[in-house]
Amino acid sequence: MELNSRIPDGPIEKSWDKHRFDLKLVNPANKRKYKILVVGSGLAGASAAATLAELGYEVECFAYQDSPRRAHSIAAQGGINAAKNYQNDGDSIYRLFYDTVKGGDFRAREANVYRLAQVSVNIIDQCVAQGVPFAREYGGMLDNRSFGGAQVSRTFYARGQTGQQLLLGAYQALERQIGLGKVKMFNRHEMQELIVVDGVAKGIVVRDMVTGKVSSHVADAVCLATGGYGNVFFLSTNAKGCNATAAWRAYKKGAAFANPCYTQIHPTCIPVTGDHQSKLTLMSESLRNDGRIWVPKKKEDCGKPASQIPEEDRDYYLERKYPSFGNLAPRDVSSRAAKQVCDEGRGIGSTGRGVYLDFSAAIERLGAKKIEEKYGNLFEMYERITDDNPYKTPMRIYPASHYTMGGLWVDYNLMSTIPGLFVLGEANFSDHGANRLGASALMQGLADGYFVIPYTIGGYLAGVKPGTRISADDPAVKAAEQAVEARTNRLVGIGGKQTPTHFHRELGKVMWEYCGMGRNEAGLKKALEIIPQIREEFWKDVRIPGSGQELNQSLEMAGRVADFLEVGELMCLDALERRESCGGHFREEWQTEEGEAKRDDENFCHVAAWEHKGEGAKPVRHVEPLKFDNVHLATRSYK
Amino acid sequence: MEKHLNLTLQVWRQKDAMSEGEFVEYQAKHISTEMSFLEMLDVVNEEIIRKGEDPIAFDHDCREGICGMCSMVINGRPHGPKERTTTCQLHMRSFDDGDTITIEPWRAKPFPVIRDLIVDRGAFDRIIASGGFISVPTGAPQDANALPVSKQNSDLAMDAAACIGCGACVAACPNASAMLFLSAKVSHLGYLPQGQPERYGRVRNMVSQMDAEAFGTCTNHGECEAACPKGITLETIARMNRDYIKASLTYRPEIASGGAG
Amino acid sequence: MSVAEQTLAGAGERSPGFMDSSVGRKVVMAITGIVLWGFVTVHMLGNLTAYMGAEAMNHYAEFLHTMIHGMGIWVFRAVLLTAVLLHIWAATSLTLSNHAARPVGYRKQQRQSATWASRSMRWTGVLLGIFIVFHLLHLTFGTVHPDFIKGDAYHNFVTGFQVPWVSAFYIVAQLCLGLHMWHGVWSFTQTLGWAHPRYNALRRNFATVLTVLVVGVNISYPIAVLTGIIH
Ligand SMILES: Cc1cc2nc3c(=O)[nH]c(=O)nc-3n(C[C@H](O)[C@H](O)[C@H](O)COP(=O)(O)OP(=O)(O)OC[C@H]3O[C@@H](n4cnc5c(N)ncnc54)[C@H](O)[C@@H]3O)c2cc1C
Ligand code: HEM
Ligand code: HEM
Ligand code: SF4
Ligand code: F3S
Ligand code: FES
Repeated sequence: MELNSRIPDGPIEKSWDKHRFDLKLVNPANKRKYKILVVGSGLAGASAAATLAELGYEVECFAYQDSPRRAHSIAAQGGINAAKNYQNDGDSIYRLFYDTVKGGDFRAREANVYRLAQVSVNIIDQCVAQGVPFAREYGGMLDNRSFGGAQVSRTFYARGQTGQQLLLGAYQALERQIGLGKVKMFNRHEMQELIVVDGVAKGIVVRDMVTGKVSSHVADAVCLATGGYGNVFFLSTNAKGCNATAAWRAYKKGAAFANPCYTQIHPTCIPVTGDHQSKLTLMSESLRNDGRIWVPKKKEDCGKPASQIPEEDRDYYLERKYPSFGNLAPRDVSSRAAKQVCDEGRGIGSTGRGVYLDFSAAIERLGAKKIEEKYGNLFEMYERITDDNPYKTPMRIYPASHYTMGGLWVDYNLMSTIPGLFVLGEANFSDHGANRLGASALMQGLADGYFVIPYTIGGYLAGVKPGTRISADDPAVKAAEQAVEARTNRLVGIGGKQTPTHFHRELGKVMWEYCGMGRNEAGLKKALEIIPQIREEFWKDVRIPGSGQELNQSLEMAGRVADFLEVGELMCLDALERRESCGGHFREEWQTEEGEAKRDDENFCHVAAWEHKGEGAKPVRHVEPLKFDNVHLATRSYK
Repeated sequence: MEKHLNLTLQVWRQKDAMSEGEFVEYQAKHISTEMSFLEMLDVVNEEIIRKGEDPIAFDHDCREGICGMCSMVINGRPHGPKERTTTCQLHMRSFDDGDTITIEPWRAKPFPVIRDLIVDRGAFDRIIASGGFISVPTGAPQDANALPVSKQNSDLAMDAAACIGCGACVAACPNASAMLFLSAKVSHLGYLPQGQPERYGRVRNMVSQMDAEAFGTCTNHGECEAACPKGITLETIARMNRDYIKASLTYRPEIASGGAG
Repeated sequence: MSVAEQTLAGAGERSPGFMDSSVGRKVVMAITGIVLWGFVTVHMLGNLTAYMGAEAMNHYAEFLHTMIHGMGIWVFRAVLLTAVLLHIWAATSLTLSNHAARPVGYRKQQRQSATWASRSMRWTGVLLGIFIVFHLLHLTFGTVHPDFIKGDAYHNFVTGFQVPWVSAFYIVAQLCLGLHMWHGVWSFTQTLGWAHPRYNALRRNFATVLTVLVVGVNISYPIAVLTGIIH
């Protein structure tokens, strides 16, 4: 397998312009002769589908929800970064580029990140033109806030609903194309197989989740924008339906999977209350601007109500360990610190897995009114879920799986190792390295969909002769359909005793324990023993009532769990092989004396891309070296 | 504080769009008050699956009140008893031990039941496709700050844009009218300068599509507002009526644009 | 076609007709409602002449019949008749679409905001229709009047209400009118888009005051006759 990143040479500021010029163009009259499949209708998918249709291509778009508007992107709260420098505080494309490379702990491609920072500016213009109601100041200009440890205010936001508003913008653009007949939308359709002919992506197989009908769609190119695989942990801030199936099918057909072990754990989520828990809710990071994080100094105090623990018995551990960043230490750092104090037995709440986020000092300083103005809706949400009033008692928070930086390997054109298969948004591995900065995922999804793929896919299609699509009864199509049906029949036929959720929960526990915030060799090896056992159990004992020819949510669930059971294994394998700590990947063996992540640039300054070698065979690890010509390799420090 | 409840559920079960449905009774035992309503159904479903029966199908995804996917009428109220709260954010502490809970799907002709509590809300997408957008292809629009928007209008637009497209308004309306949903989009775009060029055409097209989908009409009952988890107000409906009247009064058939050659 | 496969059903034949659209018909109902509401209010005020005695009332009636050389009343009747017919047409057609929009109802329903008045509009409307027919046969044509004297409005008025069941029917009809108007007056401001948070409470209060006034005064007529205050 060859990993040709196709990074244009020359100065980084010019590389995207030059590349766009070098890309061949498709004759406008020919565009409608090409069909493109877009799987996913989140920020990446919806923006791509709408834009490609505007350009004149024939587009079909698929999503598992009942409407493209409900893709998981809708849940993003905080905001979207862009190097507009509207606040005149010294921001620039270069600074956003620099921050993102550094934030990613030097494990991302410079050229990709630079392009991302460049187009970030166009994203805001485009979204405002679509009517996205970003927050404004009294003068009518756009407002910004600072986010995720950045020293400039470059985050655009729409209340706590930024993802929703951006997605609605893209969704409306998409619906417009659907109304014009330029995009055919397939809601409640799940992609279950990629059709590859002679090593080139030619189509997909989908299951109509209402009728169970399996059908194929053939095309000249396929774009996957199916989101991340964070639900491998069972409990995460992702929507329940988020899955790795589409990406995993592509992996098995030859697309390399890059850096699967890079996952982001978000420090401020509402803690688990019990085994019934189905997902975790994120509390916006902005709360850390005014809240102080602490646990009792003594284990014995953990059972007491917070109000009965005197000031001197409280351990404000972030302020203690990181005096300059304090409660604002980056996500991975604060998450690990929380885990550490809970591991010491000083966690609070019924499960002992929680820390306090306390606003009493801020309320005293600014008054309850001011706090309400700033965080009223978040406090309300917290109270709705926990029945606790955060104005009176401190919030309880705990880290949770949130985002996956790893994903299908793509080159500078966002094309995977399978020609004709492009990967966009969280589903690819491209821009965030080993750690994603707050408010950068939305930026990347829209950059890919609105401003990158429309050019780069043209470059690919210009080399494909129009009218050379395979026919719907090509043997490859039939074989892929049969594979899907066989898999469904196999699942339905097991007739065991346990529910799909049971196995998912088991997997989640293992992943969280051994491949979560802290990882070590012994643990990862153990996980690599347990996961295959769970998988075996699953294929023997799962029970799926009903059939494949109807709306069957147990079947949907089981299919996704089956894939997670394999993704989890690859994650552990990747984590085991990456013998260094970087960003979201913390190997306990590689830490400084103060317990900070220690990178090994000598041996691991590269992307690890895994190639599937057949069922049961060990996947092969390929390496794409990373070069840093513009930002110099340096140790992250938040002391 | 966590407590445990024993509940009786009366749930609408229907195999598919073609089949007749009926209410089936289930016992939900030892339900923690910390659970969300959907987690309670998860627990009941796990039980049902273990017994080898078909679990209760219901729509859900984000489980944090933003995707608009969850949709059930709980004891006669869309999204249940708590104001401004979606089903996924409703917690079992809103119920008492021994309660009987009736769970039904959204009921409206344009929202046919697909299975159990799942309905097809494609009509909403088609309404948006008929005009709920600003026609601005991806390209290089003017700088975002070139068009100032007063904070008030921007806030009002955001209030309206908060609609999650759940359909509770239709489910609650005695006439199964989609006016609140429609008016939320019309107001969102109508408050912004970017939305002005298409303002009047938009409202005409969207209302026509709503009628074509066979939604009912608004007779100002206000149930929709009470059920809306996102606090969309009746004022948006009035605003849309106003736009519609103006649009109809000033409508002129499109003139084919000449100038070829 | 699978339900999940989204197509643009009905978009092709999108019809621009105002009177065909739901909102358009609703506006028709609101405008005719305003005409009817205006008439009822003025009519209530005009009938106050009954308290001033036979002469005043007959004089007023005569004025109505002779204004603009006797043309006035016909113009006025034409407007009123058109309004009533359009109002009934719009009400019927909208009610039918609303029924069709929910073929399967709920087992359980908890109303939050819909009022008795808003829920019963179509029934109070029908009753008002019946009342209007009866009322015309009673006091305008005298067909169902026990002792009708053409041109003597005051006499017809007094002797008419002296029949207790007639008075009772009038009173019931006025209560219906009250329900209909209370929701209707608030409702037409909403339909015509006159909503603004500053004036929303005012809209409700306006409807309430007006309704109480019209219904109160109208009910006072049969009661005044029955109790002998007017004789
Ligand atoms: C709670 C939360 C808050 C966040 N807040 C922020 C923030 O403030 N700022 C920020 O920048 N980022 C934030 N993020 C991250 C960001 O929201 C996501 O990374 C981003 O939205 C992903 O977009 P996407 O288009 O790649 O995928 P998604 O939005 O996940 O869309 C995936 C699409 O693929 C479809 N799909 C998936 N599998 C299949 C299949 N097998 N077949 C067919 N269709 C399929 C789905 O239907 C969906 O349409 C947040 C994430 C979470 C969980
Ligand atoms: C003749 C028989 C009548 C029938 C069948 C009838 C029926 C209806 C119906 C079904 C409605 C719609 C309900 C709603 O919008 O909430 C309505 C509204 C209304 N009616 Fe009547 N009605 C009648 C007579 C009257 C009269 C005599 C008046 C005058 C007082 C009147 C005034 C109104 C008003 C103001 C509205 C509100 C319009 C709106 O909501 O925009 N109606 N009527
Ligand atoms: C208790 C209350 C009412 C009283 C005492 C009353 C009295 C009268 C009288 C005396 C007339 C005859 C006038 C004449 O022909 O010289 C009349 C006519 C009429 N009334 Fe009433 N009325 C009452 C309520 C109503 C209501 C509620 C309505 C409508 C909903 C109504 C509608 C009419 C109409 C349409 C006419 C005929 C006008 C014409 O000649 O064209 N009345 N009324
Ligand atoms: S208006 Fe409210 S109830 Fe209706 S779809 Fe939108 S959010 Fe749901
Ligand atoms: S409940 Fe229905 S009648 Fe109108 S005000 Fe709401 S749409
Ligand atoms: S599941 Fe998303 S709003 Fe309820």
